[in-house]
Amino acid sequence: MDFNLDLFLQILIIGITYGAMIALIALGYTLVYGIVELINFAHGEVFMMGAFFTMQVVLWVGVTSESATVAVVGALALALLAAMAFSGGINYFIDRVAYRRLRNAPRLAPLIAAIGFSFILQNIAIYWRGSNPVTPEAVIPLEIRSLNILTAWFGLDTNLRVRLIDFLVVLVTIPILIGLSWFVYRTRTGAAMRATAQDREAAALMGIDVNRTIGTAFLIGGALAGAAGMIAVYYLNSARFQMGFQYGLFAFTAAVLGGIGNLSGAVLGGFLIGIIWAMSDGFIRQFIPEWGAQWTPTVIFGLLILVLVFRPSGLLGEQVPDRA
Amino acid sequence: MTAPQPMLDLHDVHTYYGHIHALKGVSITVNQGEIVTLIGSNGAGKSTTLKTISGLLHPRRGTVSLFDRQIGNQPAHKVAAMGVAHAPEGRRVFSRMTVRENLEMGAFTLGRVDAADMERVFTLFPRLQERVNQQAGTMSGGEQQMLAIGRALMAKPTLLLLDEPSMGLAPLMVEAIFGVIKDINKLGMTVLLVEQNALMALAVANRGYVIQTGHIVLADSAAALRQNEMVRKAYLGED
Ligand SMILES: Nc1ncnc2c1ncn2[C@@H]1O[C@H](COP(=O)(O)OP(=O)(O)OP(=O)(O)O)[C@@H](O)[C@H]1O
Ligand SMILES: [Mg+2]
Repeated sequence: MDFNLDLFLQILIIGITYGAMIALIALGYTLVYGIVELINFAHGEVFMMGAFFTMQVVLWVGVTSESATVAVVGALALALLAAMAFSGGINYFIDRVAYRRLRNAPRLAPLIAAIGFSFILQNIAIYWRGSNPVTPEAVIPLEIRSLNILTAWFGLDTNLRVRLIDFLVVLVTIPILIGLSWFVYRTRTGAAMRATAQDREAAALMGIDVNRTIGTAFLIGGALAGAAGMIAVYYLNSARFQMGFQYGLFAFTAAVLGGIGNLSGAVLGGFLIGIIWAMSDGFIRQFIPEWGAQWTPTVIFGLLILVLVFRPSGLLGEQVPDRA
Repeated sequence: MTAPQPMLDLHDVHTYYGHIHALKGVSITVNQGEIVTLIGSNGAGKSTTLKTISGLLHPRRGTVSLFDRQIGNQPAHKVAAMGVAHAPEGRRVFSRMTVRENLEMGAFTLGRVDAADMERVFTLFPRLQERVNQQAGTMSGGEQQMLAIGRALMAKPTLLLLDEPSMGLAPLMVEAIFGVIKDINKLGMTVLLVEQNALMALAVANRGYVIQTGHIVLADSAAALRQNEMVRKAYLGED
Protein backbone atom coordinates (compact mmCIF):
# COMPACT_ATOMS: atom_id res chain seq x y z
CA MET A 1 0.00 0.00 0.00
CA ASP A 2 1.41 3.36 -0.98
CA PHE A 3 1.86 6.14 1.51
CA ASN A 4 -0.90 8.59 0.71
CA LEU A 5 0.58 11.99 1.49
CA ASP A 6 -2.61 13.91 0.91
CA LEU A 7 -4.54 11.71 3.28
CA PHE A 8 -1.75 11.90 5.82
CA LEU A 9 -1.77 15.71 5.77
CA GLN A 10 -5.54 15.74 5.90
CA ILE A 11 -5.57 13.58 9.01
CA LEU A 12 -2.75 15.62 10.47
CA ILE A 13 -4.96 18.70 10.23
CA ILE A 14 -7.75 16.87 12.06
CA GLY A 15 -5.21 15.78 14.66
CA ILE A 16 -4.03 19.31 15.21
CA THR A 17 -7.55 20.56 15.85
CA TYR A 18 -8.27 17.68 18.23
CA GLY A 19 -4.92 18.40 19.80
CA ALA A 20 -5.77 22.05 20.37
CA MET A 21 -8.85 21.03 22.35
CA ILE A 22 -6.98 18.38 24.30
CA ALA A 23 -4.15 20.80 25.04
CA LEU A 24 -6.52 23.40 26.48
CA ILE A 25 -8.06 20.79 28.78
CA ALA A 26 -4.69 19.26 29.66
CA LEU A 27 -3.41 22.65 30.81
CA GLY A 28 -6.09 22.72 33.49
CA TYR A 29 -5.06 19.34 34.84
CA THR A 30 -1.42 20.30 34.86
CA LEU A 31 -1.88 23.76 36.38
CA VAL A 32 -3.81 22.29 39.28
CA TYR A 33 -1.61 19.24 39.74
CA GLY A 34 1.52 21.36 39.57
CA ILE A 35 0.33 23.53 42.44
CA VAL A 36 -1.67 21.24 44.77
CA GLU A 37 -0.75 17.75 43.51
CA LEU A 38 -4.39 16.88 43.02
CA ILE A 39 -5.78 15.06 40.00
CA ASN A 40 -8.91 17.12 39.55
CA PHE A 41 -11.27 14.37 38.46
CA ALA A 42 -14.02 16.93 37.97
CA HIS A 43 -12.02 18.76 35.31
CA GLY A 44 -13.52 16.84 32.38
CA GLU A 45 -16.96 17.85 33.62
CA VAL A 46 -15.86 21.46 33.97
CA PHE A 47 -15.03 21.24 30.25
CA MET A 48 -18.42 19.68 29.54
CA MET A 49 -20.12 22.49 31.45
CA GLY A 50 -18.35 24.98 29.20
CA ALA A 51 -19.84 23.22 26.19
CA PHE A 52 -23.35 23.26 27.67
CA PHE A 53 -23.15 26.89 28.70
CA THR A 54 -21.95 27.87 25.24
CA MET A 55 -25.11 26.42 23.71
CA GLN A 56 -27.18 28.18 26.36
CA VAL A 57 -25.63 31.57 25.65
CA VAL A 58 -26.20 31.17 21.92
CA LEU A 59 -29.83 30.29 22.65
CA TRP A 60 -30.19 33.34 24.87
CA VAL A 61 -28.69 35.64 22.25
CA GLY A 62 -31.01 34.03 19.73
CA VAL A 63 -28.83 33.98 16.63
CA THR A 64 -29.55 31.39 13.93
CA SER A 65 -27.98 30.41 10.66
CA GLU A 66 -30.10 33.15 9.08
CA SER A 67 -28.56 35.88 11.22
CA ALA A 68 -26.06 38.38 9.86
CA THR A 69 -22.43 37.25 10.00
CA VAL A 70 -21.44 39.92 12.51
CA ALA A 71 -24.25 38.84 14.81
CA VAL A 72 -23.10 35.22 14.65
CA VAL A 73 -19.46 36.12 15.19
CA GLY A 74 -20.41 38.41 18.06
CA ALA A 75 -22.58 35.74 19.66
CA LEU A 76 -19.84 33.13 19.35
CA ALA A 77 -17.23 35.46 20.83
CA LEU A 78 -19.60 36.22 23.68
CA ALA A 79 -20.28 32.52 24.16
CA LEU A 80 -16.54 31.83 24.31
CA LEU A 81 -15.97 34.43 27.02
CA ALA A 82 -19.08 33.34 28.88
CA ALA A 83 -18.05 29.67 28.79
CA MET A 84 -14.59 30.58 30.06
CA ALA A 85 -16.07 32.61 32.92
CA PHE A 86 -18.63 29.91 33.71
CA SER A 87 -16.21 26.98 33.75
CA GLY A 88 -13.56 29.03 35.52
CA GLY A 89 -16.14 30.00 38.11
CA ILE A 90 -17.23 26.40 38.65
CA ASN A 91 -13.65 25.22 39.09
CA TYR A 92 -12.90 28.07 41.49
CA PHE A 93 -16.07 27.30 43.42
CA ILE A 94 -15.20 23.61 43.78
CA ASP A 95 -11.78 24.50 45.15
CA ARG A 96 -13.22 27.09 47.48
CA VAL A 97 -15.91 24.90 49.03
CA ALA A 98 -14.22 21.50 48.92
CA TYR A 99 -10.54 21.17 48.09
CA ARG A 100 -9.41 24.13 50.16
CA ARG A 101 -10.91 22.64 53.29
CA LEU A 102 -9.13 19.37 52.52
CA ARG A 103 -5.73 20.91 51.83
CA ASN A 104 -4.10 19.22 54.79
CA ALA A 105 -6.23 16.08 54.72
CA PRO A 106 -4.87 12.76 53.41
CA ARG A 107 -4.59 12.81 49.64
CA LEU A 108 -7.47 10.44 49.08
CA ALA A 109 -9.96 12.93 50.54
CA PRO A 110 -9.76 15.63 47.85
CA LEU A 111 -9.58 12.92 45.19
CA ILE A 112 -12.89 11.45 46.36
CA ALA A 113 -14.36 14.95 46.57
CA ALA A 114 -13.30 15.48 42.95
CA ILE A 115 -15.01 12.29 41.82
CA GLY A 116 -18.10 13.41 43.71
CA PHE A 117 -18.15 16.77 41.93
CA SER A 118 -17.70 15.05 38.62
CA PHE A 119 -20.95 13.11 39.23
CA ILE A 120 -22.72 16.21 40.51
CA LEU A 121 -21.84 18.15 37.37
CA GLN A 122 -22.91 15.27 35.11
CA ASN A 123 -26.26 15.16 36.84
CA ILE A 124 -26.70 18.90 36.53
CA ALA A 125 -26.03 18.50 32.82
CA ILE A 126 -28.64 15.73 32.50
CA TYR A 127 -31.17 17.86 34.33
CA TRP A 128 -30.28 20.78 32.07
CA ARG A 129 -30.36 19.20 28.61
CA GLY A 130 -31.21 15.53 29.08
CA SER A 131 -29.03 12.51 28.68
CA ASN A 132 -29.07 12.26 24.88
CA PRO A 133 -26.55 14.01 22.67
CA VAL A 134 -27.54 17.62 22.10
CA THR A 135 -26.99 19.23 18.71
CA PRO A 136 -26.19 22.92 19.00
CA GLU A 137 -28.16 25.57 17.15
CA ALA A 138 -26.73 25.53 13.62
CA VAL A 139 -25.45 29.08 13.70
CA ILE A 140 -22.70 28.32 11.21
CA PRO A 141 -24.29 26.88 8.04
CA LEU A 142 -22.76 23.60 6.92
CA GLU A 143 -21.38 24.95 3.67
CA ILE A 144 -19.55 27.68 5.57
CA ARG A 145 -18.34 25.37 8.35
CA SER A 146 -16.70 23.11 5.83
CA LEU A 147 -15.57 25.78 3.40
CA ASN A 148 -12.06 24.92 2.29
CA ILE A 149 -10.13 28.05 3.06
CA LEU A 150 -7.10 26.87 1.09
CA THR A 151 -9.04 27.15 -2.16
CA ALA A 152 -11.65 29.74 -1.17
CA TRP A 153 -9.33 32.26 0.49
CA PHE A 154 -5.90 31.51 -0.83
CA GLY A 155 -6.86 30.23 -4.28
CA LEU A 156 -4.60 27.19 -3.94
CA ASP A 157 -5.13 24.33 -6.32
CA THR A 158 -5.04 21.40 -3.94
CA ASN A 159 -6.97 18.38 -2.76
CA LEU A 160 -6.08 19.21 0.81
CA ARG A 161 -8.94 20.65 2.82
CA VAL A 162 -8.57 23.06 5.69
CA ARG A 163 -12.13 23.72 6.70
CA LEU A 164 -13.13 27.04 8.15
CA ILE A 165 -14.04 25.26 11.39
CA ASP A 166 -10.50 23.80 11.66
CA PHE A 167 -9.11 27.25 11.13
CA LEU A 168 -11.40 28.72 13.80
CA VAL A 169 -10.27 26.15 16.35
CA VAL A 170 -6.66 27.18 15.88
CA LEU A 171 -7.62 30.85 15.73
CA VAL A 172 -9.19 30.59 19.18
CA THR A 173 -6.54 28.37 20.74
CA ILE A 174 -3.35 30.21 19.82
CA PRO A 175 -4.15 33.57 21.44
CA ILE A 176 -5.32 31.73 24.56
CA LEU A 177 -2.01 29.86 24.77
CA ILE A 178 -0.05 33.07 24.24
CA GLY A 179 -2.16 34.84 26.84
CA LEU A 180 -1.60 32.07 29.35
CA SER A 181 2.13 32.10 28.83
CA TRP A 182 2.20 35.87 29.23
CA PHE A 183 0.16 35.60 32.39
CA VAL A 184 2.27 32.87 33.98
CA TYR A 185 5.69 34.27 33.07
CA ARG A 186 5.14 38.02 32.93
CA THR A 187 2.70 39.01 35.64
CA ARG A 188 2.97 39.31 39.39
CA THR A 189 0.14 36.84 39.95
CA GLY A 190 1.83 34.45 37.53
CA ALA A 191 5.06 34.69 39.51
CA ALA A 192 3.09 34.05 42.69
CA MET A 193 1.59 30.97 41.03
CA ARG A 194 4.98 29.61 40.01
CA ALA A 195 6.41 30.23 43.48
CA THR A 196 3.42 28.59 45.18
CA ALA A 197 3.74 25.60 42.86
CA GLN A 198 7.35 25.08 43.93
CA ASP A 199 7.15 25.64 47.65
CA ARG A 200 3.93 26.70 49.26
CA GLU A 201 5.41 27.62 52.66
CA ALA A 202 8.26 29.60 51.18
CA ALA A 203 5.77 31.40 48.94
CA ALA A 204 3.69 32.37 51.97
CA LEU A 205 6.85 33.72 53.62
CA MET A 206 7.38 35.96 50.58
CA GLY A 207 3.99 37.53 51.29
CA ILE A 208 2.00 35.53 48.75
CA ASP A 209 -1.59 34.73 49.67
CA VAL A 210 -1.35 31.04 48.92
CA ASN A 211 -5.06 30.23 49.05
CA ARG A 212 -5.91 33.05 46.69
CA THR A 213 -3.14 32.02 44.34
CA ILE A 214 -4.35 28.42 44.26
CA GLY A 215 -7.86 29.74 43.62
CA THR A 216 -6.51 31.68 40.66
CA ALA A 217 -4.95 28.52 39.26
CA PHE A 218 -8.33 26.75 39.46
CA LEU A 219 -10.03 29.75 37.88
CA ILE A 220 -7.62 29.83 34.96
CA GLY A 221 -7.55 26.06 34.48
CA GLY A 222 -11.35 26.07 34.45
CA ALA A 223 -11.48 28.96 31.98
CA LEU A 224 -9.21 27.07 29.58
CA ALA A 225 -11.50 24.04 29.86
CA GLY A 226 -14.47 26.33 29.17
CA ALA A 227 -12.80 27.57 26.00
CA ALA A 228 -12.20 23.97 24.96
CA GLY A 229 -15.86 23.25 25.66
CA MET A 230 -16.96 26.07 23.40
CA ILE A 231 -14.69 24.81 20.65
CA ALA A 232 -15.90 21.24 21.11
CA VAL A 233 -19.54 22.19 20.64
CA TYR A 234 -18.97 23.61 17.19
CA TYR A 235 -16.20 21.30 16.14
CA LEU A 236 -18.04 18.11 17.06
CA ASN A 237 -21.46 19.67 16.41
CA SER A 238 -22.70 17.78 19.43
CA ALA A 239 -22.45 17.75 23.19
CA ARG A 240 -23.41 15.24 25.84
CA PHE A 241 -23.26 15.01 29.61
CA GLN A 242 -20.64 12.26 29.34
CA MET A 243 -18.34 14.06 26.92
CA GLY A 244 -16.05 15.14 29.76
CA PHE A 245 -15.05 11.58 30.48
CA GLN A 246 -13.24 10.65 27.28
CA TYR A 247 -11.82 14.11 26.62
CA GLY A 248 -10.83 14.43 30.25
CA LEU A 249 -9.09 11.09 30.21
CA PHE A 250 -7.20 11.86 27.01
CA ALA A 251 -6.28 15.31 28.29
CA PHE A 252 -5.04 13.93 31.57
CA THR A 253 -2.99 11.42 29.61
CA ALA A 254 -1.60 14.30 27.56
CA ALA A 255 -0.58 16.14 30.72
CA VAL A 256 1.21 13.07 32.07
CA LEU A 257 2.78 12.36 28.69
CA GLY A 258 4.24 15.87 28.49
CA GLY A 259 5.29 15.86 32.17
CA ILE A 260 2.68 16.68 34.81
CA GLY A 261 2.92 20.23 36.10
CA ASN A 262 4.76 21.33 32.98
CA LEU A 263 2.72 23.79 30.90
CA SER A 264 4.66 23.32 27.66
CA GLY A 265 4.46 19.59 28.31
CA ALA A 266 0.66 19.71 28.45
CA VAL A 267 0.50 21.54 25.13
CA LEU A 268 2.96 19.16 23.50
CA GLY A 269 1.18 16.14 24.97
CA GLY A 270 -2.18 17.53 23.85
CA PHE A 271 -1.12 17.95 20.24
CA LEU A 272 0.61 14.57 20.23
CA ILE A 273 -2.45 12.78 21.56
CA GLY A 274 -4.71 14.66 19.15
CA ILE A 275 -2.57 13.65 16.19
CA ILE A 276 -2.24 10.03 17.32
CA TRP A 277 -5.98 9.93 17.90
CA ALA A 278 -6.71 11.17 14.40
CA MET A 279 -4.12 8.88 12.82
CA SER A 280 -5.48 5.86 14.61
CA ASP A 281 -9.04 6.75 13.71
CA GLY A 282 -8.40 7.50 10.08
CA PHE A 283 -4.95 6.75 8.72
CA ILE A 284 -3.68 3.43 10.01
CA ARG A 285 -6.52 1.76 8.13
CA GLN A 286 -4.49 2.49 5.00
CA PHE A 287 -2.05 -0.18 6.04
CA ILE A 288 -4.12 -2.46 8.24
CA PRO A 289 -7.60 -2.78 6.75
CA GLU A 290 -9.06 -4.26 9.93
CA TRP A 291 -7.96 -1.25 11.95
CA GLY A 292 -10.71 0.92 13.37
CA ALA A 293 -11.34 3.72 15.81
CA GLN A 294 -12.01 1.21 18.57
CA TRP A 295 -8.26 0.68 18.81
CA THR A 296 -7.53 4.34 19.53
CA PRO A 297 -7.66 4.20 23.33
CA THR A 298 -5.42 1.13 23.22
CA VAL A 299 -2.87 3.01 21.14
CA ILE A 300 -2.97 6.10 23.31
CA PHE A 301 -2.67 4.30 26.61
CA GLY A 302 -0.11 1.85 25.22
CA LEU A 303 1.99 4.81 24.21
CA LEU A 304 1.52 6.41 27.61
CA ILE A 305 2.77 3.23 29.28
CA LEU A 306 5.81 3.13 27.01
CA VAL A 307 6.68 6.74 27.72
CA LEU A 308 6.27 6.27 31.44
CA VAL A 309 8.48 3.20 31.40
CA PHE A 310 11.30 4.93 29.57
CA ARG A 311 10.74 8.50 30.75
CA PRO A 312 8.82 8.33 34.04
CA SER A 313 8.64 12.09 34.36
CA GLY A 314 7.16 12.63 30.90
CA LEU A 315 8.56 14.04 27.68
CA LEU A 316 9.48 17.51 28.96
CA GLY A 317 9.91 16.61 32.64
CA GLU A 318 7.38 16.90 35.44
CA GLN A 319 7.23 20.03 37.58
CA VAL A 320 5.82 19.31 40.98
CA PRO A 321 6.30 20.97 44.37
CA ASP A 322 9.73 20.53 45.96
CA ARG A 323 9.81 18.08 48.82
CA ALA A 324 10.40 20.09 51.95
CA MET B 1 20.44 56.01 77.28
CA THR B 2 16.77 55.50 76.46
CA ALA B 3 14.99 52.27 77.32
CA PRO B 4 15.11 49.78 74.45
CA GLN B 5 12.09 49.75 72.20
CA PRO B 6 10.52 46.25 72.09
CA MET B 7 9.79 45.20 68.54
CA LEU B 8 8.78 41.60 68.94
CA ASP B 9 7.32 40.05 72.04
CA LEU B 10 6.28 36.45 72.59
CA HIS B 11 4.41 35.88 75.82
CA ASP B 12 3.77 32.36 77.14
CA VAL B 13 3.44 30.89 73.65
CA HIS B 14 2.21 27.31 73.29
CA THR B 15 2.36 25.78 69.81
CA TYR B 16 1.24 22.31 68.80
CA TYR B 17 1.62 20.03 65.81
CA GLY B 18 -1.64 18.16 66.15
CA HIS B 19 -1.24 16.54 69.55
CA ILE B 20 2.48 17.20 69.81
CA HIS B 21 3.09 20.02 72.24
CA ALA B 22 6.19 21.65 70.75
CA LEU B 23 6.36 25.04 72.51
CA LYS B 24 5.40 24.97 76.17
CA GLY B 25 5.20 28.59 77.22
CA VAL B 26 7.91 30.43 75.32
CA SER B 27 8.49 34.10 76.16
CA ILE B 28 11.00 36.06 74.11
CA THR B 29 11.55 39.77 73.50
CA VAL B 30 13.52 41.32 70.67
CA ASN B 31 14.27 45.02 70.84
CA GLN B 32 14.74 47.33 67.92
CA GLY B 33 18.26 47.20 66.49
CA GLU B 34 19.31 44.06 68.35
CA ILE B 35 20.69 40.75 67.23
CA VAL B 36 19.09 38.14 69.46
CA THR B 37 19.97 34.48 69.19
CA LEU B 38 17.93 31.43 70.11
CA ILE B 39 20.10 28.39 70.73
CA GLY B 40 19.19 24.83 71.56
CA SER B 41 19.76 21.28 70.43
CA ASN B 42 17.87 19.23 67.84
CA GLY B 43 14.13 19.22 68.32
CA ALA B 44 14.21 21.86 71.08
CA GLY B 45 11.65 24.06 69.30
CA LYS B 46 13.77 26.71 67.58
CA SER B 47 12.25 26.38 64.14
CA THR B 48 8.79 26.08 65.67
CA THR B 49 9.35 29.40 67.43
CA LEU B 50 10.28 31.14 64.19
CA LYS B 51 7.32 29.58 62.35
CA THR B 52 5.01 30.76 65.08
CA ILE B 53 6.33 34.30 64.67
CA SER B 54 6.07 34.35 60.89
CA GLY B 55 2.55 32.91 60.86
CA LEU B 56 3.27 29.49 59.36
CA LEU B 57 2.02 28.14 62.70
CA HIS B 58 -0.37 29.72 65.17
CA PRO B 59 -0.06 29.50 68.93
CA ARG B 60 -2.83 27.69 70.74
CA ARG B 61 -2.15 29.84 73.81
CA GLY B 62 -0.17 32.99 74.49
CA THR B 63 0.46 36.09 72.42
CA VAL B 64 2.83 37.17 69.68
CA SER B 65 3.11 40.96 69.31
CA LEU B 66 4.94 42.95 66.69
CA PHE B 67 5.22 46.50 68.02
CA ASP B 68 1.69 46.94 69.32
CA ARG B 69 -0.08 44.52 67.02
CA GLN B 70 -1.17 41.03 67.93
CA ILE B 71 0.01 38.84 65.06
CA GLY B 72 -0.48 35.39 66.58
CA ASN B 73 -3.46 34.53 64.41
CA GLN B 74 -2.37 36.32 61.24
CA PRO B 75 -1.56 34.20 58.18
CA ALA B 76 2.05 34.17 57.02
CA HIS B 77 1.55 36.42 54.01
CA LYS B 78 0.11 39.16 56.23
CA VAL B 79 2.97 38.91 58.71
CA ALA B 80 5.40 39.17 55.80
CA ALA B 81 3.61 42.30 54.65
CA MET B 82 4.18 43.82 58.12
CA GLY B 83 7.93 43.66 57.53
CA VAL B 84 8.94 40.29 58.97
CA ALA B 85 11.18 38.26 56.66
CA HIS B 86 11.86 34.63 57.54
CA ALA B 87 14.73 32.76 55.89
CA PRO B 88 13.55 29.25 56.77
CA GLU B 89 15.52 26.19 57.75
CA GLY B 90 16.83 24.27 54.76
CA ARG B 91 17.04 27.36 52.50
CA ARG B 92 13.82 26.67 50.58
CA VAL B 93 14.84 28.69 47.53
CA PHE B 94 12.59 28.37 44.48
CA SER B 95 14.64 25.75 42.70
CA ARG B 96 13.14 26.14 39.21
CA MET B 97 13.62 29.90 39.26
CA THR B 98 16.82 31.76 38.53
CA VAL B 99 18.77 33.64 41.16
CA ARG B 100 17.32 36.89 39.88
CA GLU B 101 13.76 35.59 39.98
CA ASN B 102 14.27 34.34 43.53
CA LEU B 103 15.46 37.77 44.60
CA GLU B 104 12.49 39.33 42.85
CA MET B 105 10.15 37.01 44.76
CA GLY B 106 11.78 38.30 47.93
CA ALA B 107 10.53 41.78 47.11
CA PHE B 108 6.97 40.54 46.52
CA THR B 109 5.50 42.46 49.46
CA LEU B 110 6.98 45.71 48.18
CA GLY B 111 5.19 45.34 44.85
CA ARG B 112 8.24 46.35 42.88
CA VAL B 113 11.89 45.43 42.70
CA ASP B 114 14.27 48.15 43.80
CA ALA B 115 17.51 47.97 41.79
CA ALA B 116 19.40 49.42 44.75
CA ASP B 117 18.22 46.56 46.98
CA MET B 118 19.44 44.03 44.47
CA GLU B 119 22.78 45.84 44.28
CA ARG B 120 23.04 45.68 48.05
CA VAL B 121 22.51 41.93 48.01
CA PHE B 122 25.14 41.58 45.29
CA THR B 123 27.57 43.66 47.36
CA LEU B 124 27.04 41.33 50.32
CA PHE B 125 27.17 38.20 48.15
CA PRO B 126 29.19 38.82 44.96
CA ARG B 127 28.78 35.13 44.12
CA LEU B 128 25.06 35.69 43.52
CA GLN B 129 25.80 38.33 40.94
CA GLU B 130 28.03 35.92 39.02
CA ARG B 131 25.22 33.37 39.07
CA VAL B 132 22.32 35.70 38.50
CA ASN B 133 20.82 33.70 35.62
CA GLN B 134 21.49 30.26 37.08
CA GLN B 135 18.63 28.03 38.20
CA ALA B 136 18.65 28.16 41.99
CA GLY B 137 18.20 24.39 42.27
CA THR B 138 21.50 23.78 40.50
CA MET B 139 23.57 25.88 42.89
CA SER B 140 25.66 24.55 45.73
CA GLY B 141 24.25 24.41 49.24
CA GLY B 142 26.27 27.40 50.37
CA GLU B 143 25.24 29.45 47.36
CA GLN B 144 21.61 28.58 48.02
CA GLN B 145 22.03 29.72 51.61
CA MET B 146 23.35 33.08 50.40
CA LEU B 147 20.39 33.29 48.07
CA ALA B 148 17.95 32.50 50.88
CA ILE B 149 19.40 35.30 52.99
CA GLY B 150 19.57 37.67 50.03
CA ARG B 151 15.97 36.89 49.15
CA ALA B 152 14.88 37.74 52.70
CA LEU B 153 16.80 41.03 52.54
CA MET B 154 15.01 42.02 49.34
CA ALA B 155 11.85 42.62 51.38
CA LYS B 156 13.65 45.37 53.34
CA PRO B 157 12.35 43.77 56.53
CA THR B 158 12.21 45.52 59.87
CA LEU B 159 12.71 42.12 61.50
CA LEU B 160 14.78 39.34 59.96
CA LEU B 161 14.33 35.76 61.18
CA LEU B 162 17.22 33.46 60.27
CA ASP B 163 16.93 29.72 60.84
CA GLU B 164 20.38 28.09 60.96
CA PRO B 165 22.05 30.18 58.27
CA SER B 166 25.34 28.36 58.89
CA MET B 167 23.97 24.87 58.36
CA GLY B 168 26.06 22.75 56.05
CA LEU B 169 28.54 25.49 55.22
CA ALA B 170 32.33 25.34 55.16
CA PRO B 171 34.02 27.22 58.04
CA LEU B 172 35.13 30.12 55.83
CA MET B 173 31.62 30.48 54.52
CA VAL B 174 30.21 30.42 58.06
CA GLU B 175 32.49 33.32 58.99
CA ALA B 176 31.37 35.21 55.92
CA ILE B 177 27.67 34.67 56.66
CA PHE B 178 28.04 35.85 60.25
CA GLY B 179 29.97 38.86 58.97
CA VAL B 180 27.04 39.67 56.72
CA ILE B 181 24.59 39.30 59.61
CA LYS B 182 26.59 41.89 61.53
CA ASP B 183 26.70 44.17 58.50
CA ILE B 184 22.98 44.09 57.88
CA ASN B 185 22.34 44.72 61.54
CA LYS B 186 24.54 47.82 61.32
CA LEU B 187 22.33 48.94 58.45
CA GLY B 188 19.51 49.03 61.00
CA MET B 189 17.90 45.63 60.66
CA THR B 190 16.78 43.76 63.74
CA VAL B 191 17.71 40.08 63.69
CA LEU B 192 16.43 36.98 65.48
CA LEU B 193 18.97 34.26 64.79
CA VAL B 194 18.40 30.56 65.39
CA GLU B 195 21.61 28.56 65.55
CA GLN B 196 23.14 25.30 66.63
CA ASN B 197 26.52 26.90 66.15
CA ALA B 198 26.27 28.59 69.54
CA LEU B 199 29.87 29.79 69.47
CA MET B 200 29.38 31.93 66.38
CA ALA B 201 25.86 32.96 67.31
CA LEU B 202 26.90 34.26 70.72
CA ALA B 203 29.83 36.07 69.13
CA VAL B 204 27.57 38.26 66.95
CA ALA B 205 24.47 38.53 69.17
CA ASN B 206 23.68 41.13 71.82
CA ARG B 207 21.45 38.79 73.79
CA GLY B 208 20.48 35.16 73.72
CA TYR B 209 17.90 32.62 74.84
CA VAL B 210 18.44 28.92 75.38
CA ILE B 211 15.53 26.64 74.54
CA GLN B 212 15.15 23.03 75.71
CA THR B 213 12.20 20.78 74.82
CA GLY B 214 9.88 23.71 74.28
CA HIS B 215 10.91 25.72 77.34
CA ILE B 216 13.15 28.77 77.56
CA VAL B 217 15.68 27.75 80.20
CA LEU B 218 18.10 30.68 80.06
CA ALA B 219 17.94 34.31 78.97
CA ASP B 220 20.87 36.66 79.22
CA SER B 221 23.33 38.88 77.43
CA ALA B 222 25.46 37.04 74.90
CA ALA B 223 28.58 37.74 76.93
CA ALA B 224 27.07 36.26 80.08
CA LEU B 225 25.81 33.20 78.19
CA ARG B 226 29.31 32.59 76.84
CA GLN B 227 30.52 32.35 80.42
CA ASN B 228 27.58 30.26 81.62
CA GLU B 229 28.58 26.82 82.87
CA MET B 230 25.62 25.00 81.37
CA VAL B 231 25.96 26.72 78.00
CA ARG B 232 29.67 25.97 77.86
CA LYS B 233 29.07 22.30 78.54
CA ALA B 234 26.00 21.68 76.44
CA TYR B 235 26.40 24.04 73.50
CA LEU B 236 29.99 25.15 73.26
CA GLY B 237 31.37 21.62 73.66
CA GLU B 238 33.67 22.54 76.52
CA ASP B 239 34.11 20.58 79.71
N1 LIG C 1 5.65 18.98 61.18
C1 LIG C 1 5.79 18.45 62.41
N2 LIG C 1 4.91 17.54 62.86
C2 LIG C 1 5.04 17.01 64.10
N3 LIG C 1 6.01 17.34 64.95
C3 LIG C 1 6.90 18.24 64.57
C4 LIG C 1 6.84 18.84 63.27
N4 LIG C 1 7.87 19.71 63.16
C5 LIG C 1 8.53 19.64 64.33
N5 LIG C 1 7.95 18.77 65.18
C6 LIG C 1 8.40 18.45 66.55
O1 LIG C 1 8.42 19.63 67.30
C7 LIG C 1 9.58 19.68 68.11
C8 LIG C 1 10.37 20.94 67.83
O2 LIG C 1 10.85 20.89 66.49
P1 LIG C 1 11.67 22.07 65.83
O3 LIG C 1 11.71 21.82 64.37
O4 LIG C 1 11.14 23.36 66.29
O5 LIG C 1 13.10 21.83 66.45
P2 LIG C 1 14.45 22.64 66.23
O6 LIG C 1 14.84 23.20 67.54
O7 LIG C 1 14.32 23.58 65.11
O8 LIG C 1 15.46 21.45 65.86
P3 LIG C 1 16.64 21.40 64.77
O9 LIG C 1 17.83 22.01 65.38
O10 LIG C 1 16.84 19.92 64.57
O11 LIG C 1 16.18 22.09 63.54
C9 LIG C 1 10.35 18.39 67.81
O12 LIG C 1 10.07 17.49 68.85
C10 LIG C 1 9.80 17.92 66.52
O13 LIG C 1 9.81 16.53 66.45
MG1 LIG D 1 15.08 23.66 63.26
